[in-house]
Amino acid sequence: MSMPYYVSPEQLMKDRADFARKGIARGRSVVVVQFADGVLFVSENPSQALHKVSEIYDRIAFAAVGRYNEFENLRIAGVRLADMRGYAYDRRDVTGRGLANAYAQTLGTIFSSGGEKPYEVELFVAEIGDEAADDQIYRLTYDGQVADEHGYAVMGGAADQVASYLKGNYADGASLDEAIKLAVSALGHSDTDDRVIAADHLEVAVLDRTRTQPRKFRRIRPEALDGILGERGPETPDEPEAEDTQAGAAPTVPTGPDNPTDPTDTVSGSTPPLEDPVTGEPASGEPASGEPPTAPPTAPPTPPAPGGEPPIAP
Amino acid sequence: MSAPTYGSRLPATFLTPGTSSFADFIGEHSPDLLPSKRTVPQGNVGDLAPHGTTIVSATFPGGVIMAGDRRATMGNIIAQRDIQKVFPADEFSCVGIAGAAGLAVEMVRLFQTELEHYEKIEGTTLSIDGKANRLAALIRANLGLAMQGLAVVPLFAGYDLTASQGRIFSYDVTGGRYEETAFHSVGSGSMFARGSLKKLYRDDLTETECVTAVVQALYDAADDDSATGGPDVSRRIFPVVQVITADGGRRLADDEVAAIADQVIAGRLQRPDGPAASLV
Repeated sequence: MSMPYYVSPEQLMKDRADFARKGIARGRSVVVVQFADGVLFVSENPSQALHKVSEIYDRIAFAAVGRYNEFENLRIAGVRLADMRGYAYDRRDVTGRGLANAYAQTLGTIFSSGGEKPYEVELFVAEIGDEAADDQIYRLTYDGQVADEHGYAVMGGAADQVASYLKGNYADGASLDEAIKLAVSALGHSDTDDRVIAADHLEVAVLDRTRTQPRKFRRIRPEALDGILGERGPETPDEPEAEDTQAGAAPTVPTGPDNPTDPTDTVSGSTPPLEDPVTGEPASGEPASGEPPTAPPTAPPTPPAPGGEPPIAP
Repeated sequence: MSAPTYGSRLPATFLTPGTSSFADFIGEHSPDLLPSKRTVPQGNVGDLAPHGTTIVSATFPGGVIMAGDRRATMGNIIAQRDIQKVFPADEFSCVGIAGAAGLAVEMVRLFQTELEHYEKIEGTTLSIDGKANRLAALIRANLGLAMQGLAVVPLFAGYDLTASQGRIFSYDVTGGRYEETAFHSVGSGSMFARGSLKKLYRDDLTETECVTAVVQALYDAADDDSATGGPDVSRRIFPVVQVITADGGRRLADDEVAAIADQVIAGRLQRPDGPAASLV
Protein backbone atom coordinates (compact mmCIF):
# COMPACT_ATOMS: atom_id res chain seq x y z
CA MET A 1 0.00 0.00 0.00
CA SER A 2 1.42 3.30 -1.00
CA MET A 3 1.41 6.17 1.41
CA PRO A 4 0.21 9.48 0.01
CA TYR A 5 2.78 12.20 0.33
CA TYR A 6 1.88 15.23 2.33
CA VAL A 7 1.77 18.29 0.09
CA SER A 8 1.30 21.65 1.74
CA PRO A 9 -1.53 23.79 0.38
CA GLU A 10 0.98 26.50 -0.56
CA GLN A 11 2.99 24.07 -2.64
CA LEU A 12 -0.14 22.60 -4.23
CA MET A 13 -1.39 26.04 -5.33
CA LYS A 14 2.04 27.04 -6.51
CA ASP A 15 2.35 23.90 -8.63
CA ARG A 16 -1.06 24.49 -10.14
CA ALA A 17 -0.26 28.14 -10.82
CA ASP A 18 3.06 27.22 -12.45
CA PHE A 19 1.30 24.69 -14.60
CA ALA A 20 -1.31 27.21 -15.78
CA ARG A 21 1.25 29.98 -16.31
CA LYS A 22 3.41 27.76 -18.49
CA GLY A 23 0.46 26.91 -20.70
CA ILE A 24 -0.48 30.58 -21.09
CA ALA A 25 3.05 31.78 -21.78
CA ARG A 26 3.31 29.38 -24.71
CA GLY A 27 0.84 31.38 -26.81
CA ARG A 28 1.09 34.67 -28.64
CA SER A 29 -0.09 37.88 -27.04
CA VAL A 30 -3.43 39.64 -27.25
CA VAL A 31 -3.55 43.41 -26.90
CA VAL A 32 -6.59 45.42 -25.89
CA VAL A 33 -6.50 49.19 -26.37
CA GLN A 34 -9.13 51.81 -25.55
CA PHE A 35 -9.68 54.48 -28.18
CA ALA A 36 -12.05 57.40 -28.59
CA ASP A 37 -14.98 55.36 -29.98
CA GLY A 38 -14.60 52.10 -28.11
CA VAL A 39 -12.24 49.23 -27.42
CA LEU A 40 -9.86 47.57 -29.87
CA PHE A 41 -8.56 43.98 -29.74
CA VAL A 42 -5.52 42.88 -31.73
CA SER A 43 -3.84 39.51 -31.72
CA GLU A 44 -1.30 37.79 -33.90
CA ASN A 45 -3.19 34.76 -35.10
CA PRO A 46 -2.34 32.96 -38.35
CA SER A 47 -5.66 31.12 -38.27
CA GLN A 48 -8.65 32.83 -39.83
CA ALA A 49 -11.02 30.31 -38.31
CA LEU A 50 -9.91 29.75 -34.72
CA HIS A 51 -10.65 33.11 -33.19
CA LYS A 52 -9.12 34.53 -30.05
CA VAL A 53 -11.42 37.54 -30.04
CA SER A 54 -15.19 37.10 -30.18
CA GLU A 55 -18.50 38.78 -29.68
CA ILE A 56 -20.46 37.96 -26.55
CA TYR A 57 -23.32 40.42 -26.66
CA ASP A 58 -24.34 43.86 -27.91
CA ARG A 59 -21.62 45.81 -26.11
CA ILE A 60 -19.50 43.00 -24.71
CA ALA A 61 -16.58 41.19 -26.30
CA PHE A 62 -14.18 38.51 -25.20
CA ALA A 63 -10.53 37.80 -25.89
CA ALA A 64 -8.42 34.95 -24.64
CA VAL A 65 -5.00 33.34 -24.70
CA GLY A 66 -3.98 29.86 -23.70
CA ARG A 67 -5.54 26.55 -24.54
CA TYR A 68 -8.04 26.87 -27.37
CA ASN A 69 -10.46 24.16 -26.26
CA GLU A 70 -10.67 25.65 -22.77
CA PHE A 71 -11.28 29.26 -23.70
CA GLU A 72 -13.65 28.25 -26.48
CA ASN A 73 -15.63 26.41 -23.83
CA LEU A 74 -15.71 29.54 -21.67
CA ARG A 75 -16.66 31.70 -24.64
CA ILE A 76 -19.66 29.52 -25.47
CA ALA A 77 -20.70 29.52 -21.81
CA GLY A 78 -20.49 33.33 -21.87
CA VAL A 79 -22.63 33.60 -25.00
CA ARG A 80 -25.16 31.27 -23.43
CA LEU A 81 -25.25 33.24 -20.19
CA ALA A 82 -25.57 36.58 -21.97
CA ASP A 83 -28.24 35.42 -24.42
CA MET A 84 -30.20 33.75 -21.68
CA ARG A 85 -30.10 36.83 -19.49
CA GLY A 86 -31.02 39.07 -22.40
CA TYR A 87 -33.93 36.80 -23.24
CA ALA A 88 -35.17 36.40 -19.67
CA TYR A 89 -34.83 40.10 -18.80
CA ASP A 90 -33.82 42.65 -21.41
CA ARG A 91 -30.88 43.35 -23.67
CA ARG A 92 -29.77 46.25 -21.46
CA ASP A 93 -29.57 43.98 -18.44
CA VAL A 94 -26.61 42.03 -19.79
CA THR A 95 -23.48 43.52 -18.25
CA GLY A 96 -19.79 42.90 -18.64
CA ARG A 97 -19.31 43.01 -14.88
CA GLY A 98 -21.81 40.19 -14.38
CA LEU A 99 -20.13 38.11 -17.05
CA ALA A 100 -16.67 38.75 -15.58
CA ASN A 101 -17.95 37.65 -12.17
CA ALA A 102 -19.38 34.44 -13.58
CA TYR A 103 -16.06 33.68 -15.30
CA ALA A 104 -14.09 34.53 -12.15
CA GLN A 105 -16.20 32.20 -10.03
CA THR A 106 -15.88 29.42 -12.57
CA LEU A 107 -12.12 29.75 -13.03
CA GLY A 108 -11.56 30.20 -9.29
CA THR A 109 -13.55 27.11 -8.37
CA ILE A 110 -11.81 24.97 -10.96
CA PHE A 111 -8.39 26.25 -9.92
CA SER A 112 -8.82 25.49 -6.26
CA SER A 113 -10.68 22.20 -6.61
CA GLY A 114 -8.31 19.27 -6.40
CA GLY A 115 -10.17 17.11 -8.87
CA GLU A 116 -9.90 19.28 -11.97
CA LYS A 117 -6.98 20.44 -14.03
CA PRO A 118 -6.71 24.22 -13.78
CA TYR A 119 -7.67 26.05 -16.97
CA GLU A 120 -4.60 27.30 -18.85
CA VAL A 121 -6.28 30.49 -20.00
CA GLU A 122 -6.34 34.20 -19.42
CA LEU A 123 -9.32 36.28 -20.53
CA PHE A 124 -10.30 39.83 -21.28
CA VAL A 125 -13.94 40.83 -20.99
CA ALA A 126 -14.56 44.33 -22.34
CA GLU A 127 -17.74 46.35 -22.36
CA ILE A 128 -18.31 49.74 -23.95
CA GLY A 129 -20.60 52.39 -22.54
CA ASP A 130 -22.11 55.49 -24.11
CA GLU A 131 -18.90 57.43 -23.54
CA ALA A 132 -15.24 56.50 -23.33
CA ALA A 133 -15.31 57.05 -19.57
CA ASP A 134 -17.87 54.25 -19.20
CA ASP A 135 -15.79 51.66 -21.05
CA GLN A 136 -14.62 48.76 -18.96
CA ILE A 137 -11.94 46.15 -19.43
CA TYR A 138 -11.63 43.19 -17.07
CA ARG A 139 -8.71 40.84 -17.04
CA LEU A 140 -9.33 37.37 -15.64
CA THR A 141 -6.53 35.04 -14.77
CA TYR A 142 -6.44 31.24 -14.58
CA ASP A 143 -7.08 31.33 -10.82
CA GLY A 144 -10.19 33.48 -11.03
CA GLN A 145 -8.70 36.84 -10.11
CA VAL A 146 -10.34 39.86 -11.71
CA ALA A 147 -8.50 43.08 -12.46
CA ASP A 148 -9.95 46.27 -13.86
CA GLU A 149 -7.70 47.59 -16.64
CA HIS A 150 -7.52 51.11 -18.01
CA GLY A 151 -6.19 52.38 -21.31
CA TYR A 152 -4.47 49.25 -22.53
CA ALA A 153 -3.68 45.73 -21.40
CA VAL A 154 -1.75 42.75 -22.70
CA MET A 155 -1.79 39.05 -21.94
CA GLY A 156 -0.06 35.99 -23.33
CA GLY A 157 3.49 35.02 -24.20
CA ALA A 158 5.51 38.22 -24.60
CA ALA A 159 3.18 40.34 -22.47
CA ASP A 160 5.97 42.27 -20.72
CA GLN A 161 7.69 43.49 -23.88
CA VAL A 162 4.41 44.44 -25.55
CA ALA A 163 3.17 46.22 -22.42
CA SER A 164 6.38 48.22 -22.08
CA TYR A 165 6.00 49.43 -25.68
CA LEU A 166 2.38 50.42 -25.06
CA LYS A 167 3.31 52.18 -21.85
CA GLY A 168 5.66 54.42 -23.75
CA ASN A 169 3.38 55.13 -26.70
CA TYR A 170 -0.24 54.96 -25.53
CA ALA A 171 -2.31 58.14 -25.51
CA ASP A 172 -5.94 58.60 -24.47
CA GLY A 173 -8.58 59.45 -27.06
CA ALA A 174 -6.79 58.11 -30.14
CA SER A 175 -8.68 57.41 -33.36
CA LEU A 176 -9.33 53.82 -34.44
CA ASP A 177 -6.60 53.93 -37.11
CA GLU A 178 -4.04 55.28 -34.64
CA ALA A 179 -5.01 52.66 -32.08
CA ILE A 180 -4.64 49.84 -34.64
CA LYS A 181 -1.20 51.09 -35.71
CA LEU A 182 -0.10 51.34 -32.09
CA ALA A 183 -1.35 47.86 -31.18
CA VAL A 184 0.17 46.21 -34.25
CA SER A 185 3.58 47.79 -33.67
CA ALA A 186 3.39 46.81 -30.02
CA LEU A 187 2.78 43.17 -30.96
CA GLY A 188 5.77 43.22 -33.32
CA HIS A 189 8.02 44.82 -30.73
CA SER A 190 10.71 42.89 -28.93
CA ASP A 191 13.86 43.85 -27.07
CA THR A 192 16.13 43.01 -29.97
CA ASP A 193 14.28 44.20 -33.05
CA ASP A 194 10.81 45.10 -34.32
CA ARG A 195 8.95 42.81 -36.68
CA VAL A 196 6.38 43.70 -39.31
CA ILE A 197 3.46 41.30 -38.90
CA ALA A 198 1.60 40.39 -42.10
CA ALA A 199 -1.97 41.73 -42.18
CA ASP A 200 -3.45 38.28 -42.75
CA HIS A 201 -1.74 37.06 -39.59
CA LEU A 202 -3.54 39.63 -37.49
CA GLU A 203 -6.90 39.18 -35.86
CA VAL A 204 -8.41 42.61 -35.28
CA ALA A 205 -11.85 43.39 -33.86
CA VAL A 206 -13.49 46.40 -32.25
CA LEU A 207 -16.39 47.29 -30.03
CA ASP A 208 -17.37 50.47 -31.84
CA ARG A 209 -19.95 52.71 -30.20
CA THR A 210 -20.47 54.69 -33.45
CA ARG A 211 -22.16 51.69 -35.07
CA THR A 212 -25.88 52.28 -35.47
CA GLN A 213 -26.83 48.63 -34.90
CA PRO A 214 -27.33 47.44 -31.32
CA ARG A 215 -24.53 44.93 -31.82
CA LYS A 216 -21.34 46.98 -31.62
CA PHE A 217 -18.81 44.22 -32.30
CA ARG A 218 -17.10 44.28 -35.67
CA ARG A 219 -14.14 42.41 -37.16
CA ILE A 220 -11.65 44.29 -39.32
CA ARG A 221 -10.61 42.11 -42.26
CA PRO A 222 -7.02 41.88 -43.53
CA GLU A 223 -7.92 43.76 -46.74
CA ALA A 224 -9.19 46.73 -44.74
CA LEU A 225 -6.25 46.39 -42.38
CA ASP A 226 -3.71 46.80 -45.18
CA GLY A 227 -5.24 50.17 -46.02
CA ILE A 228 -5.17 51.34 -42.41
CA LEU A 229 -1.63 50.23 -41.66
CA GLY A 230 -0.15 51.57 -44.90
CA GLU A 231 3.35 50.72 -46.12
CA ARG A 232 5.33 49.11 -43.33
CA GLY A 233 8.29 47.54 -45.12
CA PRO A 234 9.00 43.84 -45.61
CA GLU A 235 7.08 41.41 -43.44
CA THR A 236 8.89 39.19 -41.01
CA PRO A 237 7.26 35.90 -40.17
CA ASP A 238 7.21 34.94 -36.54
CA GLU A 239 8.98 31.83 -35.34
CA PRO A 240 6.56 28.94 -35.00
CA GLU A 241 4.97 28.79 -31.60
CA ALA A 242 3.90 25.77 -29.62
CA GLU A 243 0.27 26.76 -30.22
CA ASP A 244 0.62 26.48 -34.01
CA THR A 245 -0.27 23.11 -35.36
CA GLN A 246 1.92 21.90 -38.16
CA ALA A 247 0.04 19.90 -40.71
CA GLY A 248 0.88 16.23 -40.56
CA ALA A 249 3.43 16.52 -37.81
CA ALA A 250 2.99 14.96 -34.43
CA PRO A 251 3.20 17.40 -31.54
CA THR A 252 6.78 17.75 -30.46
CA VAL A 253 7.61 16.08 -27.24
CA PRO A 254 9.92 18.14 -25.13
CA THR A 255 12.98 16.44 -23.84
CA GLY A 256 15.89 17.70 -21.87
CA PRO A 257 16.21 18.95 -18.36
CA ASP A 258 13.64 20.99 -16.53
CA ASN A 259 14.45 24.65 -16.46
CA PRO A 260 12.41 26.47 -13.84
CA THR A 261 13.43 29.88 -15.20
CA ASP A 262 12.05 29.15 -18.66
CA PRO A 263 8.30 29.61 -18.70
CA THR A 264 7.96 27.74 -22.00
CA ASP A 265 9.69 24.67 -20.69
CA THR A 266 7.13 21.90 -20.56
CA VAL A 267 9.21 19.33 -18.74
CA SER A 268 7.98 19.17 -15.21
CA GLY A 269 9.44 17.79 -12.05
CA SER A 270 13.00 16.74 -11.46
CA THR A 271 12.64 13.36 -13.08
CA PRO A 272 13.21 13.13 -16.82
CA PRO A 273 10.95 10.79 -18.77
CA LEU A 274 12.35 7.28 -18.98
CA GLU A 275 12.25 7.26 -22.73
CA ASP A 276 11.35 9.58 -25.56
CA PRO A 277 7.72 8.74 -26.38
CA VAL A 278 8.31 9.42 -30.09
CA THR A 279 11.57 7.63 -30.79
CA GLY A 280 11.49 5.15 -27.96
CA GLU A 281 15.11 6.00 -27.25
CA PRO A 282 16.14 6.41 -23.67
CA ALA A 283 15.79 10.04 -22.73
CA SER A 284 18.95 12.09 -22.71
CA GLY A 285 17.77 14.53 -20.09
CA GLU A 286 19.48 14.98 -16.80
CA PRO A 287 17.79 16.00 -13.63
CA ALA A 288 17.90 19.74 -13.30
CA SER A 289 19.94 21.14 -10.54
CA GLY A 290 18.44 24.60 -10.55
CA GLU A 291 21.01 25.95 -13.00
CA PRO A 292 20.23 26.89 -16.58
CA PRO A 293 20.63 23.96 -18.91
CA THR A 294 23.86 23.48 -20.78
CA ALA A 295 24.23 21.89 -24.18
CA PRO A 296 22.67 18.44 -24.38
CA PRO A 297 25.17 15.82 -23.35
CA THR A 298 26.74 13.89 -26.17
CA ALA A 299 27.82 11.11 -23.89
CA PRO A 300 25.96 7.81 -24.04
CA PRO A 301 22.52 8.12 -22.55
CA THR A 302 22.65 8.06 -18.84
CA PRO A 303 20.39 5.62 -17.09
CA PRO A 304 17.33 7.23 -15.64
CA ALA A 305 17.85 8.82 -12.32
CA PRO A 306 16.70 6.65 -9.47
CA GLY A 307 13.21 7.54 -8.31
CA GLY A 308 12.68 11.25 -7.96
CA GLU A 309 12.40 12.94 -4.66
CA PRO A 310 9.04 13.51 -3.10
CA PRO A 311 7.62 16.87 -4.13
CA ILE A 312 8.51 18.30 -0.77
CA ALA A 313 10.87 17.15 1.87
CA PRO A 314 9.14 15.96 5.00
CA MET B 1 -33.74 27.68 -11.93
CA SER B 2 -35.54 30.13 -14.12
CA ALA B 3 -33.53 33.32 -14.20
CA PRO B 4 -29.84 33.00 -14.87
CA THR B 5 -27.81 34.02 -11.86
CA TYR B 6 -24.47 35.71 -11.69
CA GLY B 7 -22.04 35.46 -8.85
CA SER B 8 -21.64 31.72 -8.66
CA ARG B 9 -19.86 29.17 -10.77
CA LEU B 10 -21.43 28.61 -14.18
CA PRO B 11 -23.58 25.45 -14.06
CA ALA B 12 -22.29 22.42 -15.91
CA THR B 13 -24.88 22.79 -18.67
CA PHE B 14 -23.22 26.06 -19.72
CA LEU B 15 -19.85 24.38 -20.15
CA THR B 16 -21.18 21.29 -21.91
CA PRO B 17 -20.26 21.41 -25.57
CA GLY B 18 -22.84 20.42 -28.09
CA THR B 19 -25.79 22.43 -29.21
CA SER B 20 -25.59 25.75 -31.03
CA SER B 21 -29.32 26.22 -30.58
CA PHE B 22 -30.47 28.63 -27.91
CA ALA B 23 -33.91 27.01 -27.68
CA ASP B 24 -32.36 23.57 -27.14
CA PHE B 25 -30.01 24.99 -24.52
CA ILE B 26 -32.67 26.69 -22.40
CA GLY B 27 -34.93 23.70 -22.95
CA GLU B 28 -32.32 21.74 -21.05
CA HIS B 29 -31.28 24.37 -18.52
CA SER B 30 -34.42 26.42 -17.81
CA PRO B 31 -37.33 24.87 -19.66
CA ASP B 32 -39.80 27.27 -18.05
CA LEU B 33 -38.34 30.08 -20.16
CA LEU B 34 -39.63 28.39 -23.31
CA PRO B 35 -43.15 29.46 -24.27
CA SER B 36 -43.96 25.95 -25.47
CA LYS B 37 -42.93 24.21 -22.23
CA ARG B 38 -45.54 26.02 -20.17
CA THR B 39 -48.48 23.99 -18.98
CA VAL B 40 -51.87 25.60 -19.47
CA PRO B 41 -55.02 24.26 -17.75
CA GLN B 42 -57.41 22.30 -19.93
CA GLY B 43 -59.95 24.20 -21.95
CA ASN B 44 -59.90 26.86 -24.58
CA VAL B 45 -58.06 29.97 -23.44
CA GLY B 46 -58.01 31.63 -26.85
CA ASP B 47 -60.62 34.22 -25.83
CA LEU B 48 -58.46 35.52 -23.00
CA ALA B 49 -55.66 36.88 -25.16
CA PRO B 50 -55.57 39.47 -27.92
CA HIS B 51 -55.07 38.17 -31.42
CA GLY B 52 -53.06 39.71 -34.20
CA THR B 53 -54.29 39.52 -37.71
CA THR B 54 -53.12 40.15 -41.24
CA ILE B 55 -49.55 39.92 -42.55
CA VAL B 56 -48.70 40.31 -46.25
CA SER B 57 -45.40 39.62 -47.95
CA ALA B 58 -44.29 39.98 -51.58
CA THR B 59 -41.04 39.71 -53.49
CA PHE B 60 -39.69 42.14 -56.04
CA PRO B 61 -36.53 41.94 -58.16
CA GLY B 62 -33.74 42.50 -55.64
CA GLY B 63 -35.62 41.89 -52.42
CA VAL B 64 -38.71 41.10 -50.41
CA ILE B 65 -41.27 43.18 -48.51
CA MET B 66 -43.36 42.28 -45.50
CA ALA B 67 -46.13 44.43 -44.08
CA GLY B 68 -48.60 44.02 -41.25
CA ASP B 69 -51.64 45.96 -40.10
CA ARG B 70 -51.63 47.45 -36.61
CA ARG B 71 -54.71 45.97 -35.00
CA ALA B 72 -55.02 43.38 -32.22
CA THR B 73 -58.49 42.17 -31.31
CA MET B 74 -60.03 40.35 -28.37
CA GLY B 75 -63.41 39.07 -29.51
CA ASN B 76 -65.28 42.12 -30.72
CA ILE B 77 -62.98 44.53 -28.87
CA ILE B 78 -60.02 46.26 -30.46
CA ALA B 79 -57.31 45.42 -27.94
CA GLN B 80 -54.60 47.60 -29.48
CA ARG B 81 -54.47 50.02 -32.39
CA ASP B 82 -50.74 50.25 -32.93
CA ILE B 83 -49.35 46.79 -32.25
CA GLN B 84 -46.23 45.81 -34.17
CA LYS B 85 -46.52 42.41 -35.83
CA VAL B 86 -43.61 42.48 -38.27
CA PHE B 87 -40.15 42.15 -36.75
CA PRO B 88 -36.63 41.84 -38.11
CA ALA B 89 -35.37 38.32 -37.31
CA ASP B 90 -31.78 39.15 -38.20
CA GLU B 91 -29.99 41.30 -40.76
CA PHE B 92 -31.43 39.51 -43.83
CA SER B 93 -34.76 38.17 -42.68
CA CYS B 94 -37.96 39.18 -40.95
CA VAL B 95 -40.93 37.47 -39.41
CA GLY B 96 -44.56 38.52 -39.21
CA ILE B 97 -47.00 36.93 -36.82
CA ALA B 98 -50.70 36.20 -36.73
CA GLY B 99 -52.48 34.51 -33.84
CA ALA B 100 -52.20 34.88 -30.06
CA ALA B 101 -50.31 38.15 -29.83
CA GLY B 102 -48.51 37.76 -26.51
CA LEU B 103 -47.25 34.27 -27.29
CA ALA B 104 -46.32 35.29 -30.82
CA VAL B 105 -44.21 38.25 -29.68
CA GLU B 106 -42.43 35.99 -27.19
CA MET B 107 -41.81 33.45 -29.94
CA VAL B 108 -40.34 36.15 -32.17
CA ARG B 109 -37.97 37.12 -29.37
CA LEU B 110 -36.95 33.49 -28.98
CA PHE B 111 -36.42 33.18 -32.73
CA GLN B 112 -34.33 36.38 -32.87
CA THR B 113 -32.17 35.12 -30.00
CA GLU B 114 -31.92 31.72 -31.66
CA LEU B 115 -30.48 33.20 -34.87
CA GLU B 116 -28.09 35.55 -33.08
CA HIS B 117 -26.96 32.79 -30.73
CA TYR B 118 -26.15 30.48 -33.61
CA GLU B 119 -24.27 33.24 -35.39
CA LYS B 120 -22.11 34.00 -32.34
CA ILE B 121 -21.37 30.39 -31.44
CA GLU B 122 -20.71 29.12 -34.95
CA GLY B 123 -19.15 32.30 -36.34
CA THR B 124 -21.41 32.15 -39.39
CA THR B 125 -25.07 32.76 -40.14
CA LEU B 126 -27.61 30.04 -40.83
CA SER B 127 -28.74 29.57 -44.42
CA ILE B 128 -32.20 30.94 -45.11
CA ASP B 129 -33.60 27.41 -45.29
CA GLY B 130 -31.94 26.68 -41.95
CA LYS B 131 -33.62 29.71 -40.41
CA ALA B 132 -36.99 28.69 -41.86
CA ASN B 133 -36.58 25.19 -40.43
CA ARG B 134 -35.66 26.49 -36.98
CA LEU B 135 -38.81 28.60 -36.96
CA ALA B 136 -40.81 25.50 -37.98
CA ALA B 137 -39.35 23.64 -34.99
CA LEU B 138 -40.42 26.43 -32.61
CA ILE B 139 -43.95 26.43 -34.04
CA ARG B 140 -44.15 22.63 -33.86
CA ALA B 141 -43.26 22.71 -30.18
CA ASN B 142 -46.21 25.03 -29.64
CA LEU B 143 -48.83 22.58 -30.92
CA GLY B 144 -50.19 21.84 -27.43
CA LEU B 145 -50.94 25.51 -26.79
CA ALA B 146 -52.31 25.90 -30.31
CA MET B 147 -54.89 23.21 -29.57
CA GLN B 148 -56.04 25.23 -26.57
CA GLY B 149 -56.66 28.29 -28.68
CA LEU B 150 -53.22 29.94 -28.52
CA ALA B 151 -52.12 29.26 -32.07
CA VAL B 152 -49.25 31.24 -33.57
CA VAL B 153 -48.92 31.29 -37.34
CA PRO B 154 -45.91 33.19 -38.65
CA LEU B 155 -44.86 34.28 -42.07
CA PHE B 156 -41.12 34.31 -42.66
CA ALA B 157 -39.33 36.22 -45.40
CA GLY B 158 -35.72 36.87 -46.16
CA TYR B 159 -33.15 37.67 -48.77
CA ASP B 160 -31.20 34.62 -49.93
CA LEU B 161 -27.63 35.81 -50.47
CA THR B 162 -26.62 32.68 -52.38
CA ALA B 163 -29.59 32.72 -54.77
CA SER B 164 -29.71 36.57 -54.82
CA GLN B 165 -33.47 36.76 -54.41
CA GLY B 166 -36.16 37.30 -51.81
CA ARG B 167 -37.91 34.21 -50.46
CA ILE B 168 -41.11 33.71 -48.46
CA PHE B 169 -42.07 30.80 -46.18
CA SER B 170 -45.46 30.11 -44.64
CA TYR B 171 -46.32 27.74 -41.78
CA ASP B 172 -49.20 25.85 -40.31
CA VAL B 173 -49.80 25.28 -36.58
CA THR B 174 -48.24 21.81 -36.69
CA GLY B 175 -44.92 23.24 -37.85
CA GLY B 176 -45.40 22.51 -41.55
CA ARG B 177 -43.19 24.75 -43.64
CA TYR B 178 -44.10 25.77 -47.16
CA GLU B 179 -42.13 27.95 -49.50
CA GLU B 180 -44.29 30.46 -51.38
CA THR B 181 -43.57 32.08 -54.70
CA ALA B 182 -44.10 35.78 -55.39
CA PHE B 183 -46.45 36.71 -52.53
CA HIS B 184 -48.34 35.31 -49.57
CA SER B 185 -50.51 36.39 -46.67
CA VAL B 186 -51.51 34.97 -43.28
CA GLY B 187 -54.09 35.91 -40.65
CA SER B 188 -57.81 36.50 -40.59
CA GLY B 189 -57.82 38.98 -43.49
CA SER B 190 -55.40 36.92 -45.56
CA MET B 191 -58.02 35.66 -48.06
CA PHE B 192 -58.91 39.20 -49.03
CA ALA B 193 -55.30 40.39 -49.07
CA ARG B 194 -54.24 37.47 -51.26
CA GLY B 195 -57.14 38.06 -53.63
CA SER B 196 -56.16 41.69 -53.88
CA LEU B 197 -52.48 40.87 -54.54
CA LYS B 198 -53.48 38.37 -57.25
CA LYS B 199 -54.85 41.27 -59.25
CA LEU B 200 -52.17 43.82 -58.36
CA TYR B 201 -48.94 41.88 -58.25
CA ARG B 202 -46.50 41.77 -61.13
CA ASP B 203 -43.00 40.35 -60.90
CA ASP B 204 -41.33 43.48 -62.27
CA LEU B 205 -42.49 45.91 -59.58
CA THR B 206 -39.97 48.33 -58.11
CA GLU B 207 -39.51 48.52 -54.36
CA THR B 208 -41.92 51.48 -53.97
CA GLU B 209 -44.51 49.91 -56.28
CA CYS B 210 -44.30 46.68 -54.33
CA VAL B 211 -44.86 48.57 -51.05
CA THR B 212 -47.89 50.25 -52.66
CA ALA B 213 -49.25 46.84 -53.71
CA VAL B 214 -49.00 45.38 -50.19
CA VAL B 215 -50.57 48.52 -48.66
CA GLN B 216 -53.44 48.14 -51.18
CA ALA B 217 -53.77 44.50 -50.14
CA LEU B 218 -53.93 45.42 -46.44
CA TYR B 219 -56.55 48.07 -47.28
CA ASP B 220 -58.65 45.41 -49.01
CA ALA B 221 -58.21 43.04 -46.06
CA ALA B 222 -59.36 45.78 -43.64
CA ASP B 223 -62.27 46.55 -45.97
CA ASP B 224 -63.78 43.09 -45.56
CA ASP B 225 -62.33 41.73 -42.30
CA SER B 226 -63.31 43.44 -39.06
CA ALA B 227 -60.19 42.18 -37.25
CA THR B 228 -57.78 43.86 -39.67
CA GLY B 229 -57.07 47.54 -39.13
CA GLY B 230 -57.04 49.88 -42.09
CA PRO B 231 -54.85 52.97 -42.26
CA ASP B 232 -55.82 55.14 -39.28
CA VAL B 233 -55.95 58.60 -40.87
CA SER B 234 -56.90 60.56 -37.78
CA ARG B 235 -54.21 59.04 -35.54
CA ARG B 236 -51.69 58.70 -38.37
CA ILE B 237 -51.11 54.99 -37.69
CA PHE B 238 -50.00 53.12 -40.79
CA PRO B 239 -48.80 49.56 -41.47
CA VAL B 240 -45.34 48.41 -40.41
CA VAL B 241 -43.36 47.75 -43.59
CA GLN B 242 -40.06 45.85 -43.57
CA VAL B 243 -37.91 45.89 -46.71
CA ILE B 244 -35.06 43.38 -47.16
CA THR B 245 -32.54 43.59 -49.97
CA ALA B 246 -28.96 42.47 -50.54
CA ASP B 247 -27.90 45.43 -48.32
CA GLY B 248 -29.84 44.08 -45.35
CA GLY B 249 -33.22 44.80 -43.84
CA ARG B 250 -34.80 48.04 -42.66
CA ARG B 251 -38.16 49.17 -41.45
CA LEU B 252 -39.58 51.88 -43.70
CA ALA B 253 -39.87 55.19 -41.88
CA ASP B 254 -43.40 56.11 -40.78
CA ASP B 255 -43.56 59.15 -43.07
CA GLU B 256 -42.53 57.07 -46.11
CA VAL B 257 -45.34 54.61 -45.40
CA ALA B 258 -47.70 57.50 -44.64
CA ALA B 259 -47.00 59.05 -48.05
CA ILE B 260 -47.80 55.78 -49.83
CA ALA B 261 -50.89 55.17 -47.67
CA ASP B 262 -52.16 58.70 -48.39
CA GLN B 263 -51.81 57.97 -52.12
CA VAL B 264 -53.76 54.74 -51.72
CA ILE B 265 -56.48 56.50 -49.72
CA ALA B 266 -56.71 59.30 -52.33
CA GLY B 267 -57.23 56.66 -55.04
CA ARG B 268 -59.89 54.91 -52.97
CA LEU B 269 -61.81 58.18 -52.60
CA GLN B 270 -62.21 58.09 -56.36
CA ARG B 271 -62.77 54.34 -56.64
CA PRO B 272 -63.51 52.70 -53.26
CA ASP B 273 -62.73 49.17 -54.48
CA GLY B 274 -59.22 50.11 -55.51
CA PRO B 275 -57.50 50.04 -58.89
CA ALA B 276 -59.24 48.03 -61.59
CA ALA B 277 -57.38 45.18 -63.26
CA SER B 278 -57.85 44.61 -66.98
CA LEU B 279 -60.33 41.87 -67.94
CA VAL B 280 -58.08 39.86 -70.15
